[in-house]
Amino acid sequence: MEAYISLFVKAVFIENLALSFFLGMCTFLAVSKKISTAMGLGVAVMVVQTLTVPANNFIYNALLKEDALSWIGVTGVDLSFLALLSFIGIIAAMVQILEMILDKYFPALFHALGIFLPLITVNCAILGGSLFMLERDYDFGESVVYGVGSGLGWALAIVVMAGVREKLKYSDIPEGLRGLGITFITAGLMSLGFMAFSGIQL
Amino acid sequence: MKAETKKVLVDPLVDNNPITLQVLGICSALAVTSQMKTSIIMAIALTVVVACSSAAISMVRNHIPSSIRIIVQMTIIASLVIVVDQILKAFVYDVSKQLSVFVGLIITNCIVMGRAEAYAMKNSPWDSFVDGIGNGLGYSLILLIVAFFRELFGAGKLFGIEILKLTKDGGWYEPNGLMLLPPSAFFIIGLIIWAFRSWKPAQVESADFKISSIAHGEGGHH
Repeated sequence: MEAYISLFVKAVFIENLALSFFLGMCTFLAVSKKISTAMGLGVAVMVVQTLTVPANNFIYNALLKEDALSWIGVTGVDLSFLALLSFIGIIAAMVQILEMILDKYFPALFHALGIFLPLITVNCAILGGSLFMLERDYDFGESVVYGVGSGLGWALAIVVMAGVREKLKYSDIPEGLRGLGITFITAGLMSLGFMAFSGIQL
Repeated sequence: MKAETKKVLVDPLVDNNPITLQVLGICSALAVTSQMKTSIIMAIALTVVVACSSAAISMVRNHIPSSIRIIVQMTIIASLVIVVDQILKAFVYDVSKQLSVFVGLIITNCIVMGRAEAYAMKNSPWDSFVDGIGNGLGYSLILLIVAFFRELFGAGKLFGIEILKLTKDGGWYEPNGLMLLPPSAFFIIGLIIWAFRSWKPAQVESADFKISSIAHGEGGHH
């Protein structure tokens, strides 16, 4: 149990996907102008991340890993090079299914998320989460915890960023730095803040 | 070279740079740039993938039903990335280990999808190929500038060769450790954007609010 808690804290703060691995930066910078939209996107990413990381873990261990197909009597087959292709396929399918479920049962939430839902397919934080899960050899339980934690960490980062940017628009910034430039520097300062967590030993 | 082709190739370098202006493909630009060697390999890998995927998507553009085009594009891109990933693992294994997940993340690099969607779906294979090369080079340019500063000031080296002699080896240069940490990449890209926009004022974004000067009773400088 303790191992799961420390993995969770690590995924949220120390190895924050947005601020220490720069994943999902495009959406992070583009959709962080208002807190409310940032919150919606953050929740969507968290849900998708929680579903896809364990799903990919299961697919990888049951179908793609070397000798994984021995349960149907096929041995010596290593399909792990197909991991990238099947991960992105699963993510796309998962997002599509989630979109249909939300549309049918939670129309209010569906409309609030709007365009962000399909965009999540190409959010590198999602694919990155699955690839880190693969690289670090998480088992199924760990992959569930990592999925929730890394999604929450990303959501936290984008909401904080949106909070800073909402205030920032009143400030007098040199012309060339206005907009994207100052956003990068703000993200740098936030990332510096998150570096403070990196000394924590768990 | 035709004027049009040249324009497609040169435009993305500064005038319409994918990173500083279109805000695409930033994730990997930040993450792999602590060394020149990894960034140059990443830049080549991305340029190859963008160019080939744009050409391939453009070839089948008239046969893809628009409702499933994203999936088709994804599949083409993912297949190319798998090829690149396997080649890197076979020939430069240590660099491939350093790049870790970021080669796989070329799939979701917005430059690739963005060019497929915005250019390759409407233009001929050759033009799309050139457009892909151009955008790949624009991306490479930023990547190499960032990596140059980070490796030079962070470790006193370029491509692993010592340029500034470090104090711990009896030299004069005290390395700036911050340059090797993630935040420095944000600062450097922010400053590059500032430099580009001071050079090309047309790229400056309009302000949300203007500072009004009370003494003169009119909107001050904008």
